[in-house]
Amino acid sequence: MTTRVLIPSGALGLNYDQVALDRGIAMKPDIIAIDGGSTDSGPAYLGRGVSKYSRASTKIEWCGLMEARAKAGVPLVIGTSGTCGADDTVDWMLDITREIAADLRQSLKIAVLRCSQDTAVMSTAFSDGHITPLPAAPNVTASDFATCTNIVALAGAEQIVAALETGADIIIAGRTTDTAIIAALPIMRGNDAGAAWHGAKIGECGALCASNPQSGVVMVEFDNEGFTVIPLADGAHATPHTVSAHMLYENSDPFILYEPGGHLDVTDAIYAALDDTRVRVTGSTWVPSDSYTVKLEGARPAGFQCVLMCLLRDAHYVKNAQIWANDIIRKCRSKVIKRLRLAPEEFDIELRLMGQNASFGTLETHSAQSHEIGVLGIVTAKSNALAMEIGQFLNPYLLHHPLTQAEEQPTFAFPFSPAEISRGQTYEFCLNHVLTLDDPMSAFRLEQIQIG
Amino acid sequence: MANLGEIVQKVRSKNAGPFWLTVDIFCGTPHAYEHVIAGLSSATVAKIFGVNTQDIKRFDIASLHVVKFSLPRPHVQGSTFDPDMHGASWAALLAELPLEN
Repeated sequence: MTTRVLIPSGALGLNYDQVALDRGIAMKPDIIAIDGGSTDSGPAYLGRGVSKYSRASTKIEWCGLMEARAKAGVPLVIGTSGTCGADDTVDWMLDITREIAADLRQSLKIAVLRCSQDTAVMSTAFSDGHITPLPAAPNVTASDFATCTNIVALAGAEQIVAALETGADIIIAGRTTDTAIIAALPIMRGNDAGAAWHGAKIGECGALCASNPQSGVVMVEFDNEGFTVIPLADGAHATPHTVSAHMLYENSDPFILYEPGGHLDVTDAIYAALDDTRVRVTGSTWVPSDSYTVKLEGARPAGFQCVLMCLLRDAHYVKNAQIWANDIIRKCRSKVIKRLRLAPEEFDIELRLMGQNASFGTLETHSAQSHEIGVLGIVTAKSNALAMEIGQFLNPYLLHHPLTQAEEQPTFAFPFSPAEISRGQTYEFCLNHVLTLDDPMSAFRLEQIQIG
Repeated sequence: MANLGEIVQKVRSKNAGPFWLTVDIFCGTPHAYEHVIAGLSSATVAKIFGVNTQDIKRFDIASLHVVKFSLPRPHVQGSTFDPDMHGASWAALLAELPLEN
């Protein structure tokens, strides 16, 4: 049995090629699967439980997919709804779906998979030894879980299969692995599990596994021996090289991919061109694990920030920018400690010299001189008011600080008034751990909803 | 002495989750691949990114003419002092490395 999974793009919100999508629908897919996010945009989205992409853009693209689904008569699934896949963004996605269903007069069976975790439950699970760190995980204790504003568990194929088994027209899932939404149906229908996970990894970024990667739409056909990658946009071609090279992408190991319930091993995979567009892959292996684990992601508040910007254009200051910046930090810190009666560890002041070493800091190897330097001042403190007040301490230094007392007072360029810009609450990722489950569904909640 | 980036087709870096950075060197030809294999040690890469050599994962992939390094991110993604949320700029540090002929 062949299972055709149509993948419109790497993420909802990145747009897709409508002509290629129509071409995919004409090929009679068995499911349409799209990802809604990842951690790649940083911790604030998970910390706040919000989407990175515009609601209007999301709605327009989702509407197109809901119309395509109705035409194809197959399930439509979105994983990691709303960038982070927390319950709040699942509800956001469900609201958008309801609005579109009303506009299109569609009657729908919806399955909602929620992946947010209770912090107290996670704390207990950690104390009981059910949560273990992955390499490079931050050191955490049981009490750290309570500091998270959101913890999500990454659902795998089992949870998506459970949602598919409800007979839903649309599945709105919280955090899933990028691959689970693609691998689930082939696994459910008994296609080769190694092929299911490997094809899912190749297809999870849409046409990024082919030439013309921005075109988005790709079909992956799964069967009992392997899978075939078919990019659908004009000018998009998959080759054994583009497909096999995609295993490198955002993967720390290009041969092994850990998923809930086991791992994929592509060491012996064979990539063959069927023609100048399609690639056939066989020989991938799925290795089940003894215990069932799901990865956890967590974000917690990491202080409030105020940022300021100024420009150095005077050659003397451009040349001595690092000395100037170090002197400001030293003097400003000392004034803040004295006047606000703060301990040194209660705040940070950083000046990034853009055009000099803002990308790599002390790891920068270049010392080429630009004609101007942008100075990004970043203040971090425990409250917004305090961060903004320390920003006000920093302001006059960035405007007028002389390299030596002997020289005339300089004035640097400020692009904004007020110069202090509140970044509000910031967040940090604090978990790189896995949670062991006796029952794959025990950390997840599946709800069925009838719309219209 | 040429820089790595001048010898190979492309050097790319990207997050592999919030805690890891992965750097892919697409050598383009068997000759460039052999050159990189011979001229670039894991210890050098560790030094460039300010991490310990034993924390570096290295993959020499002859079939793709790719050398891949994965390492704990120099700063955890999005932490206070992280300069690059998506990790793509770090490739430049490696591309600019002079490689002995």
